[in-house]
Amino acid sequence: MAEAAHRYDETMPLEYRTQESRLNILGFWIFLGAEVALFATLFATYLVLFQRTGSGPTAKELFEVKDVLIETLLLLTSSFTCGLAVFEMRRNRLSGLLTWLLVTLLLGAGFITFEIREFIHYVHEGATMQTSAFLSSFFVLVGTHGAHVSLGIGWMILIIIQILQRGLTPRTARKVFIVSLYWHFLDVVWIFIFTLVYLTGMVI
Amino acid sequence: MKWSEFFVTGEPLIYAADVAIVLTIIGIVFVLTYFKKWKWLWDEWLTTVDHKKIGIMYIICAVLMLFRGGVDALLMRAQLTVPNMKFLDAQHYNEIFTTHGTIMILFMAMPFLIGLMNIVVPLQIGARDVAFPYLNALSFWLFFFGALLFNISFVIGGSPDAGWTAYFPLASNEFSPGVGNNYYAVALQISGIGTLMTGINFLVTILKMRAPGMTLMRMPMFTWTVLITSVLIIFAFPVFTVALALMTFDRLFGTQFFSMANGGMSMLWANLFWIWGHPEVYIVILPSFGIFSEIVSTFARKRLFGYKAMVGSIVGIAFLSFIVWVHHFFTMGAGPAVNSFFSITTMAIAIPTGVKVFNWLFTLRKGKIRLTTAMLWSLAFIPNFVIGGVTGVMLAMAAADYQYHNSYFLIAHFHYVLIAGTVFACFAGIHYWYPKMFGHLLNEHLGKWAFWLFMIGFNICFFPMYFLGLMGMTRRMYTYAAGLGWTPLNVVATIGAVLMGIGFIVFCYNIYYSARYGERDMTGDPWDGRTLEWATASPPAHYNFPVVPEVTDLDAYWAMKKNGSGYEVKEEQLEPIHMPSNSGRPFLISIAFFFAGFGLVFKWFTLAIIAAIFIILGLILRSFDDDDGYYISVDEIKRTERLARKGA
Amino acid sequence: MGANHHHETFPWKHIVGFIFSLLLTFAALWVALSSGLSTGAIIGIIVILAVIQASLQLFMFMHMTESDSGKIQTINMAYSFFIAVVVVVGSIWTMSFVL
Repeated sequence: MAEAAHRYDETMPLEYRTQESRLNILGFWIFLGAEVALFATLFATYLVLFQRTGSGPTAKELFEVKDVLIETLLLLTSSFTCGLAVFEMRRNRLSGLLTWLLVTLLLGAGFITFEIREFIHYVHEGATMQTSAFLSSFFVLVGTHGAHVSLGIGWMILIIIQILQRGLTPRTARKVFIVSLYWHFLDVVWIFIFTLVYLTGMVI
Repeated sequence: MKWSEFFVTGEPLIYAADVAIVLTIIGIVFVLTYFKKWKWLWDEWLTTVDHKKIGIMYIICAVLMLFRGGVDALLMRAQLTVPNMKFLDAQHYNEIFTTHGTIMILFMAMPFLIGLMNIVVPLQIGARDVAFPYLNALSFWLFFFGALLFNISFVIGGSPDAGWTAYFPLASNEFSPGVGNNYYAVALQISGIGTLMTGINFLVTILKMRAPGMTLMRMPMFTWTVLITSVLIIFAFPVFTVALALMTFDRLFGTQFFSMANGGMSMLWANLFWIWGHPEVYIVILPSFGIFSEIVSTFARKRLFGYKAMVGSIVGIAFLSFIVWVHHFFTMGAGPAVNSFFSITTMAIAIPTGVKVFNWLFTLRKGKIRLTTAMLWSLAFIPNFVIGGVTGVMLAMAAADYQYHNSYFLIAHFHYVLIAGTVFACFAGIHYWYPKMFGHLLNEHLGKWAFWLFMIGFNICFFPMYFLGLMGMTRRMYTYAAGLGWTPLNVVATIGAVLMGIGFIVFCYNIYYSARYGERDMTGDPWDGRTLEWATASPPAHYNFPVVPEVTDLDAYWAMKKNGSGYEVKEEQLEPIHMPSNSGRPFLISIAFFFAGFGLVFKWFTLAIIAAIFIILGLILRSFDDDDGYYISVDEIKRTERLARKGA
Repeated sequence: MGANHHHETFPWKHIVGFIFSLLLTFAALWVALSSGLSTGAIIGIIVILAVIQASLQLFMFMHMTESDSGKIQTINMAYSFFIAVVVVVGSIWTMSFVL
């Protein structure tokens, strides 16, 4: 069975061709299941605490539609371009892959920039994570997501470097595929942040 | 920070511990240097990615932790034997029951079972290693350094003292200033990451690396329980990760999650803790059930009764264990609707376990019973665990629980299920698989003495506690008044605890004695086993199987023995075997985690950040690592196999 | 595995996924801020829209069902959804007594 680690199946996309790659991809999906549980706990905490604002500001007072929309569009588009990168990879087009990965990265960096600006804005208004239970849970939930995105940007940079050094191999293809799973997943989480944090906060 | 705040001062016992620790470290360094074993230590153990060795390291740590947790227990029993003892004051008593609980569950039971999982599962499914050997090593070393961080708290900075459940507001800075509960939050976080990785590793291993012919319904029962346990780990541990992180934020950064002002909700901690905490107890009991299934069927010489029902029960537990958690805090005030729902689900979860008990009994019926030590532990498990289980159903009735909650009745219940369930399984499993691990058997005579002393001592210690609880004795009280009528049963309980301690000492002596005089396992199959691990040498070759076995039935090895001549390998079938390379990075990254954790505990953020940078460096190096392992040549396999057969 | 993957010439799945995600996002925005429905109805609808968008992205962007392990991956995500609902709804319900 271990020999199969180096057996190639030419009918599969490059990233699935070794047994090691197939195991790694499955392992990463399982890890995403654990991440769902992690974010579920953060959401549960947020939803239990978000109306407990103490003497601090409420969600309605803080959130602004424009900022949220820009962040959402940046991240959603970056998930789309990430998909395009994998598409190019499967057609063996190295330049296409690198271009779309770079675009994804830049959109992601844009997302983080806007999010940091949003956080700084709140802090300037006196709304810090120590102010109230609502704000503690807001900053930790949205901040954890932002930290994940930042880590993803760093990870993507490492992979771009490896592709430039080593070209498109079954191993580098697998790495691109896995980081793309991670990236898409973060957009899926954002859908729920958009809905349960920002929209809900502007309504309730 | 003053030295007297950094080191725990003013306690003779603590100073004695300091001296013992320093002497032990000097002793270990001396022995390694004198026998020139540093390279051996690094090459064979610190950098290994071999699941068999990783498993042995887990179990060594678990036995050491069983010792420490047991000493904690004896200290508590000494303090409670008679009323108004002045042996331990309230503060020390609190620290000791906190470390006792945390160590026994997270640093004894978990590593013991994970160690057995590591050694046995790849062998049982006919695989050569787990899916992610590097990750496996990282899991172990994260556990090790997390446990180490927790264990030094009692001499450096101070132990946590808010119970293993660390409820708020007690666990907040306001009521528990100092670093004790920071140790709790940070050390458990580090170990928890390791455990989560183990869950992912074993799920993928079991689903994707079984030998040809081993369908899911032909897997050994221990492997099935490990599969479901992995699911529980994957989905429960992230909840604990978040809870501990929120605790860390509240204690270190002043957030308001569990505070008593500014909108904080102290009781939310209990909710999050137990969403993890209940699946956690199933994580420590399911592998135990698997161990018992293997041993009962082997030593009754009979296929396990009701295999499909057994599988159905554990899958049922996979769902149910996530919807019972509120039974740990019926008295918190959630109200009749919530309490009723969770009361019903809790009673329901007893059903699959009941099914399993009947299946074990039916396996025994008309079997050819062999009373080995492993079998004795397994047989004793059945009635003792049932006592714990039925008292669990009593506790499940929310209204009645208002009387029982946090009394000694509860303590008796959970010790009956945890000790008779998990600890008995650890002893049974280590006796059963010891020859596979080390190539020699544990002495049966000593094993039986240890069993009877421990098992009888256990009942003498904990059975009276049901009655103490019903008489009103509360949990976590450091002393009690005279004249309540509690003294006689407390005296009895202490005697039982001493017997358990003696039993443990006999077990440890058995390990030493068997290393010197133990009967060698020459065939690899000392028990006439039913599952594939018994088809390998004892201990197995580095690569486990020279040729991947073909599975035709449940109890794969039994079928091979009955239908032919067992697991036979013809030299023409041999091919080079691919193995993963050792790596020192898991060990080094975990050291970085230790220092990062230490920095967080003491709020030395510079240290924490520098250590975190090393962690990230380790991850980056891993990303760029294209080491592809190595091949074992056919010649080397032939030599290894011939040597193994020569001994037979 | 080769059978359930054919080499596409144009990234249709991704474009469809992207467009529908945008539509669902703006729909949720409209429902929340301009529809005039009751609070309960709004929350119910935007949560459903979120679940639809998430499922869409799991299939369209992430190739969840692809490969030998497609079934395992799908069951994994379904189970994780079950856990998420239990943790979120269970926590809100259990802690609702804290006024």
